[in-house]
Amino acid sequence: MTLLVDVRHRLGALELEARFESAGHLTALFGPSGSGKTSLINIIAGLIRPEAGRVVIGDRALVDTAAGKFVPAHKRRLGFVFQDARLFPHLTVKSNLLYGRWFTPRSERYADFDRVIDMLGIGHLLARRPALLSGGEKQRVAIGRALLASPKLLLMDEPLASLDDARKAEIMPYLERLRDETRVPIVYVSHSIAEVSRLATDIVMMSNGKVAAAGPTAEIMQRLDLLPPEEVGEGGAVLDLKVLRHDEEFGMTVLGAAAGEMRVPRLSLDVGATVRIRIRARDVMIATERPQGLSALNVLPGRIADIGAVNGTQVDLRLDCRGDMLVSRITRQSLKTLDLAVGRDVFAVIKTVAFDRANLSRGTAPVLTSD
Amino acid sequence: MLDLTPDEWNAVHLSIKVGLWAMAASLPFGILVALLLARGKFWGKSLLNGVVHLPLVLPPVVTGYLLLLSFGKRGPIGSFLAENFGIVFSFRWTGAALACAVMGFPLMVRAIRLSIEAVDRRLEAAAGTLGAGPIWVFATVTLPLVLPGIVAGMILSFAKAMGEFGATITFVSNIPGETQTLPSAIYTFTQVPGGDAGAMRLTLISIAISMIALVVSEMFARKIGQRMDVE
Repeated sequence: MTLLVDVRHRLGALELEARFESAGHLTALFGPSGSGKTSLINIIAGLIRPEAGRVVIGDRALVDTAAGKFVPAHKRRLGFVFQDARLFPHLTVKSNLLYGRWFTPRSERYADFDRVIDMLGIGHLLARRPALLSGGEKQRVAIGRALLASPKLLLMDEPLASLDDARKAEIMPYLERLRDETRVPIVYVSHSIAEVSRLATDIVMMSNGKVAAAGPTAEIMQRLDLLPPEEVGEGGAVLDLKVLRHDEEFGMTVLGAAAGEMRVPRLSLDVGATVRIRIRARDVMIATERPQGLSALNVLPGRIADIGAVNGTQVDLRLDCRGDMLVSRITRQSLKTLDLAVGRDVFAVIKTVAFDRANLSRGTAPVLTSD
Repeated sequence: MLDLTPDEWNAVHLSIKVGLWAMAASLPFGILVALLLARGKFWGKSLLNGVVHLPLVLPPVVTGYLLLLSFGKRGPIGSFLAENFGIVFSFRWTGAALACAVMGFPLMVRAIRLSIEAVDRRLEAAAGTLGAGPIWVFATVTLPLVLPGIVAGMILSFAKAMGEFGATITFVSNIPGETQTLPSAIYTFTQVPGGDAGAMRLTLISIAISMIALVVSEMFARKIGQRMDVE
């Protein structure tokens, strides 16, 4: 199912003018605060009526100002998970969960109560009142409530932003299950690279009310120039690699990249499983010859594909390692001294590998399917 | 002690009946007007607000006289209701209930309005995204959240009715068994020699009824509060 958004809307000082199309399973609207991503998701949900434009899901137009069409929020059949859970304080957890189901036509109900409860691990909370839940529990119930209305699309507006790191870590696996075990397409607003690179299949990068770039996660993550300033250090390449084997002697796991093997601390994954790793640009050094006597284990040969614009003292290089794209952030001085240019063969020395998740393409059957 | 004469019992009974009717009959209008004042955007909103609050600032006798002019037998509204629906207010207990309802109305509207204004509208938006249309949102989210304010408004209206004197006696006079509520009965006792004992008996009953109403409302409020515990 394809989501098409093409809208123009003025909100205070922000001129929102966004167009994107995504068929991704989890599309992240990503960008700094004030870039218009929350307004955009509110427009998709029908909570804001855009001045002009279209919102189309599959073949159903929700907004088409040219044709005078605007479907009100309650008739859109989209789920919405807010940053601040927004559970109904006067209802029990169970009544909260069942609220949306009530308004869903019987023939369109696909979400199974027991399975959703089980997936989110909220079975023991059913009789409680929202006031007695922790932040993480509230957010899980909010996700369940949206899901049990059997939505055609699930919208999530920074569902983790108001939680501390421990609570984020608690919810993250549930979001991954949501993505992997259901077939509801998700639109996810976030300003955190860690969240987006771990969860998203596709990214729509927002900047100043405009769509700066849109595409698959691995591609967009390399565009360091687009990242919000406070997140640039986290930017880099996202690769999905296969586990080749485990090296029990040193407690390492060997992953297969296109240009060679990568060794990382032992992962508790089966051989053959896929793992998503993130290699930050600041963690990649460039060598013009294969380095000797180096403690870094991971050195991949590659070719400079692209040299970004100079930004102060720094510059970003994109390396093509036989198809796997890496990003390296080096100083302008190194660029000059090493005489680096597009097309030159170099070696990428990777200092650290960040694991956003043990990304499991386990091939499990989807728990929920939307048409 | 509670050796009441039939007339005195009548006054007690009538007061409670008038109070309950005044409260119940004005409730739907109270909610509607509170909703309009809290949420509505229309021309003449301050005018409506002013009219609703008039009974609070006018001398009760003036309110009673205005009721007499409009709802009396020859009044435009009174004659219309009498001819078309057979509803008569003048010199009936229904008139006493109307006077009490009008006097208590601003208090009721204020309590409900404040409570509506305190409702988190983001919860209503959330209900909308779950498929609830405007009427369902109101019935399943707004109304339950406003319930404490509604209970408070009802209690205030009832309490006002129990104490209403000026507008009632001006509008429907002081007829034992028909329009003589507790305050009117006490007033009558104070006007005749040797009426002290009777006045005292009714005064004690007045106090008891008010206390019971307060306690019951407190219990209600606590129960609702426990259920909600809004963060």
